[in-house]
Amino acid sequence: MLKIKNLTVNVGTKEILKGLNLEVNAGEIHAIMGPNGAGKSTLSHVLSGKSGYEVTGGSITYNDKNLLEMPAEIRAREGVFLAFQYPVEIAGVTNVYLLKAALNAVRKHNGLSEVDAMDFLTLVKAKTKALDMDEKFLYRAVNEGFSGGEKKRNEILQMAMLEPQLCILDETDSGLDIDALRIVADGVNALRSENRAFIMVTHYQRLLDYIKPDFVHVLADGKIVKSGGAELALELEEKGYGWLEQA
Amino acid sequence: MSISWLDDFRQQAQSQFEQTGFPSNRLEDWRYTNVSAIAKKEFPLAKIENSPVFEGSKGGTAFHFVLVDGFFNAGLSNLPKSITVCSINDALKNHAGLLQSKFNQAITQTHGFIDFNTANFTDGLFIHIAENEVLDKPLQIIHVATQEAILPTRHVVILEKNAKATLIETFSSSEGNAYLTNSVAEIFVGENADLTLYKVQQESETAYHFGGTYVQQADNARFTHHNFALGSVLARSDIVCDLATAAECELNGLYLGSQKQHLDNFTRINHLQPNGISREFYKGILTDQAKGVFQGRIVVAENAQKIDSKMNNRNLLLSNEAEIDTKPQLEIYADDVKCAHGVTVGQLDEKSIFYLQSRGIDEATAKHILTFAFANEMVDKITVPSLRESVFNLLLARFPEGAER
Ligand SMILES: Nc1ncnc2c1ncn2[C@@H]1O[C@H](COP(=O)(O)OP(=O)(O)O)[C@@H](O)[C@H]1O
Ligand SMILES: [Mg+2]
Repeated sequence: MLKIKNLTVNVGTKEILKGLNLEVNAGEIHAIMGPNGAGKSTLSHVLSGKSGYEVTGGSITYNDKNLLEMPAEIRAREGVFLAFQYPVEIAGVTNVYLLKAALNAVRKHNGLSEVDAMDFLTLVKAKTKALDMDEKFLYRAVNEGFSGGEKKRNEILQMAMLEPQLCILDETDSGLDIDALRIVADGVNALRSENRAFIMVTHYQRLLDYIKPDFVHVLADGKIVKSGGAELALELEEKGYGWLEQA
Repeated sequence: MSISWLDDFRQQAQSQFEQTGFPSNRLEDWRYTNVSAIAKKEFPLAKIENSPVFEGSKGGTAFHFVLVDGFFNAGLSNLPKSITVCSINDALKNHAGLLQSKFNQAITQTHGFIDFNTANFTDGLFIHIAENEVLDKPLQIIHVATQEAILPTRHVVILEKNAKATLIETFSSSEGNAYLTNSVAEIFVGENADLTLYKVQQESETAYHFGGTYVQQADNARFTHHNFALGSVLARSDIVCDLATAAECELNGLYLGSQKQHLDNFTRINHLQPNGISREFYKGILTDQAKGVFQGRIVVAENAQKIDSKMNNRNLLLSNEAEIDTKPQLEIYADDVKCAHGVTVGQLDEKSIFYLQSRGIDEATAKHILTFAFANEMVDKITVPSLRESVFNLLLARFPEGAER
């Protein structure tokens, strides 16, 4: 599904990603761990098409297409979804309108008709409930005044509505208490399917107790410095990142 | 019909106008707005004739007062029976004493547009709401312009003690019509009376507009104004409120300029006595080569203690060539007051645009959504549902897919 080859990325004149390789297939869950400032969010942003990053080398193919050539909204419509580390607050735009506009944009791109208003409401209410969110959130402005945990849940709600193929979760676990973490993890697990892949960026082993990854990668200083199975996360928990950076 | 007291006003105003003409932008209050194009047009004065009235001139509200090219049209109108309401020309006959006692009394400072209006107004609305009377449904004043002319209208609105009313004033015209609206309203809000006034200016893109609203607020009187400046190539709006003890004034505004539009919003709140409250909130959205002006002045007189006043002006510039001149001013002569003002000028937030794009929404629609949301804060303040819906739809036409229909 996703092939990242030798990716180098600059922000301004500073090189942040320094030759990153990663391959993700449908049905897989990849965890990307690494110290602060390693470039994890940079990778997430580059995948989702945020401006301000200069790709100086390498390639990203997604479903055999050149991902880097697609504008952000086309990537989203083609099934790339980023759950933001810091979700944006948008005053005056209701959650429900964003969800509907987004869902219809994705549907239209895929040759489907606009969602029926009643069907949409039924669907969105069910998903909201599944994430243990009050329906009132639907009619509030996007993320405005939401707590950290509510924002993260809201990201998962959007993901559940759009049913993307490639889900990138950037530190979705940070700032969540244990109950919220479980709810979010359940939300993610409910979306697991053989057609869908996940890249979970995280700092801690914690989330991986609930969502078991197939692969764990360590991103340090702009590169994947080590890859392994789920057991690597436990090792990292124990030893930290220092031993890898020195290697 | 010649009425001597009015003729005196008219003659005096006429000679004043002959000296000054329309305001020069050498005047401080007009420095951002050059109206010289209007004089060059040499519009004639509107004539009463059977103008064709296009669809849309009939208001969505139960009560409406229709002015076609500045002349009251009784056939198109539907007036409430419970209060005194008629054309100013009828009031000159039937309510002469009351009219004479109020005429020109709300205007404390004049300029060329007001002088021209006093000298030439053709008609307008007269409304008198007696003590404790409440007009329970809004009355809509509908201006329709069909002639290429100057359309001067004059309103006199009087609310006695404890009276209450909502007025809506809309300005529209057939497409492409070039003319000058020159509308002056004198408003007297009596003790503890309450008036809400909505103005929706959606003149044609070749029209010129001057609208002046001059308000005298007695003790504890409340005045709320919502100003939507959407149309015309050059528009100037004046709102001047004089507040007595514990009077409250709320001014809200939204100006939406595109192409070469120039939209000037001049407001002045005079706290003349203590304990008054004023709230002013204006938002502007300017795109293409449009230019906006916000001049908000709040004056607190020397003996007007315990005034609580807030003014805020927020602007969104959507193109490099769009421009805003914003000048909030506090002039405070009392020492025990709470006054604050703030101004912002900015662009759409890049992070928000990307957030929407990352959900599959294209950039143009994302911008419409964010712009709509910015503007809609002012639309949401409209408490008359049919009006809120129609202004909402006007906005949606400007920013398609900016919100759910
Ligand atoms: N917009 C930016 N401008 C300048 N430096 C940036 C910007 N974004 C990220 N960086 C830098 O890039 C490095 C990687 O950041 P980031 O991808 O956010 O790391 P992580 O998510 O792994 O903590 C850091 O050194 C950070 O300071
Ligand atoms: Mg990060």
